[in-house]
Amino acid sequence: MVWDWEFTGRVVPDVLRGLLVTFEATVLGSVVAFALGLLLALLRRSPIRAVSRATWLFIEFVRSTPLLVQLYFLFNVLPGIGLRFSSLATGVLGLGVHYACYAAEVYRAGIEGVPRGQWDAATALSLPSRRVWTSVVLPQAIPRVLPALGNCTISMFKETPLLLAIGVLDLVGAAQEAGSDAYRYVEPLTLAGICFLLLSYPASVLVRRVERRVGA
Amino acid sequence: MFDNLGHFLRVLLQGVPATVVATLGGIVLCVVLSLVAGLGMLSPRRWVRVIARTYVEVWRGTSEVVQLFWIFFALPLLVGFELLPLWAGILVLGLNHGAYGGEIVRGAVQAVPREQHECAIALSFSRAQRMWRVILPQAVVEMVPPFGNLFIQLLKSSALLSLIFVHDITYQGRDVLEPNFTGQTALIYVLMLVMYLVLAVLITVVVRALERRAAAGVGRRPVEPGKALGRGADGAV
Repeated sequence: MVWDWEFTGRVVPDVLRGLLVTFEATVLGSVVAFALGLLLALLRRSPIRAVSRATWLFIEFVRSTPLLVQLYFLFNVLPGIGLRFSSLATGVLGLGVHYACYAAEVYRAGIEGVPRGQWDAATALSLPSRRVWTSVVLPQAIPRVLPALGNCTISMFKETPLLLAIGVLDLVGAAQEAGSDAYRYVEPLTLAGICFLLLSYPASVLVRRVERRVGA
Repeated sequence: MFDNLGHFLRVLLQGVPATVVATLGGIVLCVVLSLVAGLGMLSPRRWVRVIARTYVEVWRGTSEVVQLFWIFFALPLLVGFELLPLWAGILVLGLNHGAYGGEIVRGAVQAVPREQHECAIALSFSRAQRMWRVILPQAVVEMVPPFGNLFIQLLKSSALLSLIFVHDITYQGRDVLEPNFTGQTALIYVLMLVMYLVLAVLITVVVRALERRAAAGVGRRPVEPGKALGRGADGAV
């Protein structure tokens, strides 16, 4: 069996349409993950023991269980409690929550990396605690965590194809469908693989460059 | 709501062997490939470095789902030879995580102080002896914690194999139980998630023990507790 160029040409539009969905899911998922991750990181530092313990348990639980099963869980359980989302929205929520737990650890490291003296100085200036966070700690922590958050997004990009399990026609879902229609999987799946490589490799090179610049 | 708990557990437990076999098989293949790739990237020969680097970038750069589908659906059409789903799964788990592990091995070997290399040279050890008797035993101490994280990633990825019809925990829950008990999906999925959590905790416990052994082997104290729980976001890409 040889490579069929004519068939390849026919599946390219499908694959590209799928790629757009993959992008959409990755971008929206990242937004959810970064926002929710920061919230989790702050809750983890809560002075109330029950809150910080519960947050820790949640983070460990989500990080130790498969994203695929979490997606199935959301997809099947949310409608049961009256929350009807589209497949894509459910997928974005699943990706977002899963990676928020990784992002929380990233933020935690970033916050702990802010020198003790900065906290002391803020206390000495008797800044209210909200100002301490918004004007002193976070502006120093965030640039340092950007490369690690970038890596989170790249990982998420490569895991987006899992969404096909809940019916989202992303890059791989589209390739898979084009393949099953024609009983030829080689071309569409190889194209999908090449797309990932072409996008994620330069992205990771870029992240490494940013990493060197911020000295993380 | 809990009437069927026993039945659910029985059916889900039938999936545990496949999950465990896939994970252990994947781990063995992953460790072997990591060592080969990691040492390959440090080889003095250029062509070895190029091959190792290409393997690492290609398998880290493409999505695991694509790799799995490619090996399971596309490869048989190309070579006219079909792998059993479980074997295809182990192959993908090992190849994919081996690429991440290669970087762990490379980093750990590079973290061994230069003086150690020089001392071994001064003792006129051969290259292989240097690696095997001096460098690797020290590098292993650095490698074990990140490998622990990688093994948990691998366990989680094993759920993907349900997509190519391996009868693992995920398959048992989604394809066997769920269609018959549509009203109790929440319970089914929570049970599945807890099973994976238990397996992940088992891996953590074993890795902790290995950490202590490896550290004691070179006369060091183990890393402070708590540190090993922190799993990185899938590692640097």
